[in-house]
Parts: sequence; structure tokens; C-alpha cells
Amino acid sequence: MKRKQVIHKVIIVVILAVLSVIALTPVLLVLVNSFKTHAEIVANPLAWPKEFSFYNYQQAWELGKFGEGFANSIKLSGTAVVVGVLASAGCGYVIAGKKIKMWGMILIYFMLVTTVPMQLFLLPLYSTFVKLGLMGNPFAAGVVIAAWNLPLPIFLMRTFFLKIPRDLEEAARIDGAGTFQVFTKVMLPIVSPGLITVAVIVALNSWNEYLLSSTLLQGETNFTATIKFLNLNGTFSRDMSIIMSGAVIMIVPVVIVFLLLQKYFIEGMTGGSVKG
Amino acid sequence: MSDRKSKRERKTGYYLLAAPAILLSLSVVLIPAVTTIYASFTEWNGMGEMKWIGLQNFKDILGDPIFMTSLKNNFRWTLIFLIVPVTIGMVAAVLLINMKKTKNMFQTFYLIPYILAPSTNAVIWLNIMFSPNAGVIGYLKDLGLDISSPLGNMSSALYGVVGVDIWHYWGFLTVIYLAALRQTPIDQIESARVEGGNAWQIYRYIYLPNIMPTVKLMFVMIVIYSFLSFDYVYLLTGGGPAHATELLSTFAYSTAFSAFKFGRSAAVSVVMGIFGSVAAFCYVWISRKDVAE
Repeated sequence: MKRKQVIHKVIIVVILAVLSVIALTPVLLVLVNSFKTHAEIVANPLAWPKEFSFYNYQQAWELGKFGEGFANSIKLSGTAVVVGVLASAGCGYVIAGKKIKMWGMILIYFMLVTTVPMQLFLLPLYSTFVKLGLMGNPFAAGVVIAAWNLPLPIFLMRTFFLKIPRDLEEAARIDGAGTFQVFTKVMLPIVSPGLITVAVIVALNSWNEYLLSSTLLQGETNFTATIKFLNLNGTFSRDMSIIMSGAVIMIVPVVIVFLLLQKYFIEGMTGGSVKG
Repeated sequence: MSDRKSKRERKTGYYLLAAPAILLSLSVVLIPAVTTIYASFTEWNGMGEMKWIGLQNFKDILGDPIFMTSLKNNFRWTLIFLIVPVTIGMVAAVLLINMKKTKNMFQTFYLIPYILAPSTNAVIWLNIMFSPNAGVIGYLKDLGLDISSPLGNMSSALYGVVGVDIWHYWGFLTVIYLAALRQTPIDQIESARVEGGNAWQIYRYIYLPNIMPTVKLMFVMIVIYSFLSFDYVYLLTGGGPAHATELLSTFAYSTAFSAFKFGRSAAVSVVMGIFGSVAAFCYVWISRKDVAE
């Protein structure tokens, strides 16, 4: 009996480890190869680097113009986070408290939005951007991406507000506080961990976003890091060492932020589909 | 009197709080979407006048073999997505429930591909994995193995692309299922153990019924996700070779931005939207209890 349990445990760990290898191998290969020369990579992508040189990174950073790319990504994602968090907090609060008669309609509307293909609104948006002279503006693109990504933040905010006992709000009311005061002074501070969760999810989605960013940010100086990296891949496809170190430049910041704020990421991912 | 006034003030406040989200969504999603629906009945190059041509765009796309290929590929894509990542994600989640110390570590590993940008993942796979010169595939080929990049071959390209998308997605499902499994009441599991239930029975009769709402919801989400799928196909193959991996989304995109037939592209998007609304109906129906809550 005891022995059988040990064997079971070993089998389980082996399966979980194999799945880890599947998930991580491509990423680890990128890391290992980012230190090698193009010739070394072509000779054997699975070999350990002969020497660790950071020259590739310097080259990739300059050729890919990642400095400019990250600056644009920060402008775009920063705008998306501010807009997304403020808009979803207000709307989530109203829906959760059934404050207006239309709350059910609004909720269903945002559920429907999650099933709308981006292609269905991309073309008019594109020509509107051209007409208004917003083409290439990372702040405007950030607003659009925030608007497109509103449903999940709203659903998350709604669940966070649903957890707050009603009495708390009533008590603030009796003190004579107005709607905005109750919202900003009482409700928002209570859901502040939830605000971080929503901010993290919006930041990740807008940082990684491809189709809207590439359509609305034309002109090379306006590219986000994501699009800069694709551009680098297009122009330097003959030099694998540059592509690999460029990929590491893309991977490392996201992974570090993910590891630091993992709790919030996971809450944001599961909050929309698992009732807590 | 003052009471009624303050009540009205309150109402106004609530409308003002909900307004930004609604206005944003109306101007970025709904109004452009309605414009696209209108455009699908016109000939339009994206900038000039829209010329009304009735159902011509829809007739054109229905007669276009690439449209039919895309539609078929979308269905195959959905079917594969409903089987492969769901199975892997569920197995991983079930195996993780009883791992006390290593649960979080494995969960972190599995999520890494999911948090990386689709563009980063696509470039990684195109180069270090699939490249016939410098990738793992090329290396194995040099060693004498009879393999080539799945993306270069018409019969395997779709599986290659789906494979990369699944590679990035299954970890997310694991985390979702695991979070749901952990909500199962402990006493139910304990009493099943006391009654001598084995691991499979406990899963089948205790865990599974408990996580069923999440499983159903994810089923619908995967159908939606599969129909909207764009990034991985567009970045890995652009719909090729010879349209073998074309999906409705990539077909709509290239019709608009390469062929500049915005009206026809709009018609393809409207067809996608019709499938989307079926999925939307299921989504709202499954969540109806939650809405009523």
C-alpha cells in the first residue's frame, strides 16, 4: 500500500515535470542562444554557449530601437491602465449595487462585447484615426485598447464590489456623504487590492496587444516594443543572435513583473470565470 | 422635498459613474461595428464614399473557395481547442490539487507562455523551434531525422499553428480549473475518502460536479476564443501556405488591408459576428444565474 502510493506520487511528479519542460523549453532555448553567435546557433541550437557575451544584447537594443519602443509601450499601457481602471471601477460599482435600472442591460451588453471580433470594428476605427489625425498616437491607441478590454475589468470590479457588505455604504450615506464621496472615500479604498488586480490585467493585455497596436500605430517611431520586435525579426532574420537577444529583451520585463505580482495576475485571470 | 432632491442627485451620480465605460465602449466598439455592418452592403475602399451594392459582397465571399477554407479551418481549430488544451489543462489541474509544496511553482511554469506577447511567442517558435536552418527542427534534420517545419507543408501547417497557440494557452486553463477545484468543499472530499472512494471516483462524483459551472463557461469561452483567433495564425503563417491556415479573421484582415476591399472584408467580419452572437447567446444563457444574482 505504502509502496503503491510512492509510485503514484512519482508518476504524478514526472507528468507535471514533463509539462513544465514543454512549457519552458522554447523560452529557455531563447535564453541560452541569446549569448551565442549566429554561426554557433546554426551549428547547434541545443549547445551551451562558448562564452557569455552581452554584445548581442547591446546590438539588438540599438538595432531594434527598443528604447523608443518601450517608451511607446509605457505611454500606451499607462493610458490603458488609467482609463481601464477608472471606467471599470465606476461601471462595476453601479452594476454590482444595481444602482440604476439599466444595470442588467449594461452587464449583458459587456458580455456581448467579449464575443465581437476585432475585425468588426477595426476598419471604421482605422479610418476615424486617419481622419482625426490620431494615427500613430500611442495615447489614443491606449484609450482604444482600454475600451476594447473593458468587459473583464468590469466583471472583476463587479465581483469585488459585491463582496462589500451593504451596511457599510448605508452608514456612509447616513453621514450625509454624496454619491461621489461614498464611491471615492469609502468604496474605492476597500476594493484597492481589486484595483491592482484590474490594473495588472489591463497592463498585461495592452502591453502584449498586437492587432490594434499594429493597425493604429503606423510610422516606425510610434511602434510599441512588441511591434519593434516584429520589425527587428523582419529586418534581421539572417542574424539569429540578434533575434534571440531581442526576444529576451521582450521576455524578461514581463516575466519579472509577473513573478512580483503573481497573486494579482492569477486573481485577475480566475476572477472572471471562477466564483470566489 | 429635499429627500426627493437628494435621491435624484444620487441617481445622477450613478449615471455619471457608469457613463465613461459605456461611452467608451459605444464609440470604440458598437458604433464602428454598426458602421462595418452597413459597409458590408457597400463597395468601400476605406476612405471615400460607400457605394450601396446590396448583398453582392456576401454572394462574392460565398463563392470564394478561400472563404470556405477559412470557415472549415475555424471549425477544425475550435474542435482541436475543445479537446487538446482542455484535456491537458484538466489533467494538470487534477494532478496539482494534492501537491502541497510544488503547486505554485508548477503553476508559475505553466503560465509563462501565456503571459508572453503572441508576437514574442510567434517569433520564438518561427526561429528557434521551426526554422529549417537554425531551429531545433533544422538541427534534428541535420542529424538525419526525416522532419521539416510543420508550417511549410499544406497538410500540417494548421496543426503547427494550433500547436503553438495551444502551447501558450493550456497553462491558463490549468490555473482556471485548479482554482475551481480548490473551491470544492473539503468535507465532501473527506467523507468520500472515508467511504473508501478511490481517486477516480472522488474526481468523477465530487470534484467534477462541483467545477461543472466553470467547465461549461470555459467551453463557451474557448469557442469564442477560437472564432476570434487571429494573432498566432497571422504572425506564424499569415494564412499560408496557399491559404492552408486561413481563418475568417485573417481572411477579413488581408481582404481589407492588402486588397483594400473594405466592403467585402466587412462582409467576412459580419459572418464572424454572426457566429460570435451564437456564442454570445450561450455565454449569457450559461451566466444567467450570475446576472440574476
